[in-house]
Amino acid sequence: MAEALKTQIAGLLNEPACDTNRAKDEGSRRKGCTKQLTPGAAAGGCAFDGAKIALQPIVDVAHLVHAPLACEGNGWDNRGSASSGSEIYRTGFTTDLTELDIVMGNGEKKLYRAIREVIAEQAPAAVFVYATCVSALIGDDIEAVCKAATERLGTPVIPINAPGYVGSKNLGNKLAGAALYAHVIGTMEPAEPGLCDINIIGDFNLSGELWQVKPLLDRLGIRILGSISGDARYAQVAMAHRARVTMLVCSKALIGLARQLEDGYGIPFFEGSFYGISDTSAALRTLCMKLVERGAPADLIPRCEALIAQEEAATWAALASFRPRVAGKRVLLYTGGHKSWSVVSALQELGMEVVGTSVRKATEEDKGRVVEIMGDDSHMFDNMAPREMYALLREARADVLMSGGRSQFVALKARVPWVDVNQEKHEPYAGYMGMIGLLRAIDREMNNPMWADLRGPAPWEVAVQAPAPAPLRLASGSPADFEDC
Amino acid sequence: MAHLVHPQRALSTNPLKTSAPLGAAMAYLGIEGAIPLFHGAQGCTAFAMVHLVRHFRESIPLQTTAMNEVSAILGGGEQIEEAIENLRKRAKPKFIGIASTALVETRGEDVAGELREMLARRADFAGTAVVYAATPDFAGGLEDGWARAVEAIIAALVPAQAGPKIAGQVNLLAGSHLTPAEVEAVADMVRGFGLTPIVLPDLSTSLDGHLSDDWSGTSLGGTRLAEIARMGQSIATLAIGTAMRPAAEALANRGVPPQVFASLTGLKAVDAFVTALMQLSGRDAPATIKRDRARLADACLDAHFQIGGLRVALGADPDLGFALGTALTALGAEIVTAVTTSGLNPIAADIPAAEVILGDLGDLERGAATAKAHLILTHAHGRMAAERLHLPHVRAGFPVFDRLGAQDQCRVGYAGTRAFYYEIANAVLAHPHRPRPEDFGATPVAQEFDHASPPPSTH
Ligand code: SF4
Repeated sequence: MAEALKTQIAGLLNEPACDTNRAKDEGSRRKGCTKQLTPGAAAGGCAFDGAKIALQPIVDVAHLVHAPLACEGNGWDNRGSASSGSEIYRTGFTTDLTELDIVMGNGEKKLYRAIREVIAEQAPAAVFVYATCVSALIGDDIEAVCKAATERLGTPVIPINAPGYVGSKNLGNKLAGAALYAHVIGTMEPAEPGLCDINIIGDFNLSGELWQVKPLLDRLGIRILGSISGDARYAQVAMAHRARVTMLVCSKALIGLARQLEDGYGIPFFEGSFYGISDTSAALRTLCMKLVERGAPADLIPRCEALIAQEEAATWAALASFRPRVAGKRVLLYTGGHKSWSVVSALQELGMEVVGTSVRKATEEDKGRVVEIMGDDSHMFDNMAPREMYALLREARADVLMSGGRSQFVALKARVPWVDVNQEKHEPYAGYMGMIGLLRAIDREMNNPMWADLRGPAPWEVAVQAPAPAPLRLASGSPADFEDC
Repeated sequence: MAHLVHPQRALSTNPLKTSAPLGAAMAYLGIEGAIPLFHGAQGCTAFAMVHLVRHFRESIPLQTTAMNEVSAILGGGEQIEEAIENLRKRAKPKFIGIASTALVETRGEDVAGELREMLARRADFAGTAVVYAATPDFAGGLEDGWARAVEAIIAALVPAQAGPKIAGQVNLLAGSHLTPAEVEAVADMVRGFGLTPIVLPDLSTSLDGHLSDDWSGTSLGGTRLAEIARMGQSIATLAIGTAMRPAAEALANRGVPPQVFASLTGLKAVDAFVTALMQLSGRDAPATIKRDRARLADACLDAHFQIGGLRVALGADPDLGFALGTALTALGAEIVTAVTTSGLNPIAADIPAAEVILGDLGDLERGAATAKAHLILTHAHGRMAAERLHLPHVRAGFPVFDRLGAQDQCRVGYAGTRAFYYEIANAVLAHPHRPRPEDFGATPVAQEFDHASPPPSTH
């Protein structure tokens, strides 16, 4: 790997603003948060995947993958970031390197021609060029090609140097953030910068979640100036340095970018979440408070409080109708992220019982919050191998599994209702209206009459009375982590 | 014979091709108790797995040797050994099928040699059959990767010295273009003649989508290893798809006479297969097959009104493109644009079109627009092109992630061909063309005659 990239990665992995990192001792801090992967027992995407996830939602950019077919051929058109404008981002562009290109050392030339062709055909706002394992291994200098292309073709061409083998998706997110800071942010100026302009970092507008929150911001007169990167235009990224406050949504990976914006341009940031009622309210409150601190009109705060009061009341009223259908049901939570506590507390409020939750990616602070919400730590577990989880579900010790896509089939094959709460889900659950959507999904899934039919015996099976399920005790610490966030 | 066009350009827009390692993995999933293993960086595996899961809607036990920056430079032999060790511990597979990726092949590692040495050393791995296929992403596509995997299985697991012939036993080599339902349909046809097929690979029992009684960390069914070991004792090999010819020849070297069927879709294609089965078995065709043929003949009569003259834009791997393309032209359709993925299979040049582009969905979209196609026939990624061109889109190939039951589509045999003709005809009927005066060069009715009030709401 090129020395420069190595140094950059070392820097990125030592993020001073990250609590998890600060809590580590000197030795493990230097190792960064990479972990050695186990051959035959690894799951999850590569750095290229992570970089693409973070940047692809920029809708008017042509995302060009410099690679043989696999990286883009198997990976394009597979995520649900919604756009209200250009559709260029959904088109899969790749140099589709062939054996001949590689043997002849034609990679850089082919890349340059591909950049020229994509600009001529699509006139995108910019071209993002992604390095991958093979193009990095053969030593293609994408930074030099991008620089030359920008100068000669007059369209910004941005190198995203995150070849897959350097690490995980999470590292790819970071490298993507670093590329934006180095090459894009600060290159354009807004016509009318305002005192209520904000950045939202880390929301990718999956299934339109950003739009579930935007009406709230609209009503408060808050404008999303910089978006990284849900439903973003290239210009919105280029102008992000003029925002007054940054909200970092559910993303430790992009914290470095938020901090750089703070250090470089004096834009304060805070971490918040739009999942759950209390977290949504808290995020709005903090946002308004910070804007006012930076000179926005002081009446923003009372207006915000009025909005929250009104929305919360309306939401609880709507949720109450679900109570008879969900109360007493047992939920098993298996997610990567830990921004869902606000959701959990709302479920409990509606009478549901959380019988277990994974803490495999949680910080100590997160774990503290589990204890706070669930009373003790007996419901926490680390990883669970699919077979283990299948057995647990098969014994009907939970009424519904809420998890990401990887455990989907574990639940379904065990004939247990499943609600998708990870990034690839197809329904938006953000903000107040998202919480109602989530409850609707849980209700619809859990109370589907199909489950009883499927669990019943076939005509040729003798109907035996199933023994009462044993009380839930979760084994913890299985090495095979298969739910990657 | 079509003219094969290699577009001269650097940019590929909206890939049609799926990578070769993924094809190999899919083939491996048709072996009982299998775990496919990618030799490369973990990201490739994650993408391929998501791809397979979206298509089959099943959990897919795909694993990776997880090459990192160090092993990418120094070589990854140890990673394979460690991976096999871990997989054996965790999931006890009967079979591990390794597919290499571009990363490994760019370095030019001698993986096969290292693997041989390692397996000789590790006697404790004996309970798991390990097979390796070289499938760099930069050469060929899904169909080629699948074929290389089947060849690797035969090379490793079918003894060179076969035992005595087993009466009535035939090898059925299933091409990558066959869905699980199609594999089953073909095997049933063979059984209908009193023959016993060994199907390799057999997705019809592993990826057919069934709810079983336990959780498994390996494939849920597929060809049994004991059956594979007996393939040299068959009286014939029936290979479906031209891409399977090298595999059939490998079995020929073990004394089994091969027959390759380029297609099993269309009256003539199925006739050829049935004739071969009659000869092999010495039996007349069973009544069900005769009835299916009569019903297909009738379906041709009904559907040729829609399909005759239909202008089709076709994008598929060579074997699938040939099978579906010839079935449609047999009813008078015209393939006005044909795009395929790989020139390694000679059948690519026989796809019934004036020219066949080795290209992407960008080519298909452009071609369909210029040639004024009536219908797009390609996999699910063609949906955006179809939307933009306002054309009906029939999904065929891999992946089909935006429709349920991709594994149940059956377009082979007499009955499957009938279903395919109805499917195409119905797609045409669902997009009725309403004539407008402009179509004929006539001026529209003058606006002053139009009723002035706003049109009534449609809701
Ligand atoms: S691991 Fe490397 S080769 Fe594989 S998808 Fe990621 S970037 Fe591409």
